[in-house]
Amino acid sequence: MSDLGYLMAVILVMALATFVTRATPFLLLHRRADHPLLIFLGRYTPPAIMTILVIYSLASVDFIEPPHGAAELIATLLTLAAHLLWRHALLSIAAGTAFYMYALQSGLFV
Amino acid sequence: MSTTTAALRASLPVMFGYVPLGMAFGILFQDLGYPWYFATLMALLVFAGAAQFMAIGLLAAHAGLLEVAVATLALNSRHIFFGLSLLSRYRSRGWKKLYLIFGLTDETYSLITSTAAPGSSRESDYYLALTALNQSYWVVGSTLGALLGRLIEFDTRGMDFALTALFLVLLIEQWNKLREPFPFLLAALCGSVALVLFQEQMLLVSIALSVVLLMLRYFIESMQRRPMGRP
Repeated sequence: MSDLGYLMAVILVMALATFVTRATPFLLLHRRADHPLLIFLGRYTPPAIMTILVIYSLASVDFIEPPHGAAELIATLLTLAAHLLWRHALLSIAAGTAFYMYALQSGLFV
Repeated sequence: MSTTTAALRASLPVMFGYVPLGMAFGILFQDLGYPWYFATLMALLVFAGAAQFMAIGLLAAHAGLLEVAVATLALNSRHIFFGLSLLSRYRSRGWKKLYLIFGLTDETYSLITSTAAPGSSRESDYYLALTALNQSYWVVGSTLGALLGRLIEFDTRGMDFALTALFLVLLIEQWNKLREPFPFLLAALCGSVALVLFQEQMLLVSIALSVVLLMLRYFIESMQRRPMGRP
């Protein structure tokens, strides 16, 4: 198999495998979409997944060694505070991200 | 506000996350020595961030196709739980639904479940616009990275915090919508346990565990509503 043939095969296998993981519940359960269990999961799974994604995003931060994740911690608090105050999603995200980029690139907490 | 404008506004934070991450992927991909447009093709056909970064290592090691398939299935299996909770929401049919399912990344799932379509538009059109916009950011980022490689001068370090900030904001939105601590506390517990015990598999383990526990609560509640012995 030529190198580009191999690459193409890898891409197609990955595309198929990814689609399978995303499509399985729809293929198996599309006739049962109104089942109370699925409605229950539709209500309670999103808040649970959002909580987990937040934990996951901050999981690689080192809070023990100096600077104790100061940049991430302040950027997180800034985002939360801005959103609780003004509830303007873009503004909250821009504030946290701009601060984090500045802190990282200027070496504020190194 | 039109459907597209609303989707553009909601997905803008994803752009600030996907473009630099896509560029990072493109740069690594280009280092493998393949033509740049295969990075674009991968972003178009696979559209899975973590899996594509994993593919760099697999391609470099010339991994077998079976290994590629198993690794991709394992890494993306958390998406099964996304679909489970969207069954009652994705009502459109045909190619639109296929594309919505194809494009179900962590970020697309988060926006679809946490933001609302503007009053005038159909939900399925809003979901479609969100999914397509998110993929376009990923495709543009991957292409730029692979095409321009290390020529790019602009310092994007830290820009991917936009995705963390997005999840934080959507967490508050979820709280405002539901105002019941139960799923948040349950997930915080599952997330913390999975982080300590299964570092590498944290996402899959904590999401699977949360959904199983949610199901358990559903069955306990429905048993309490319908005591044994009565039809």
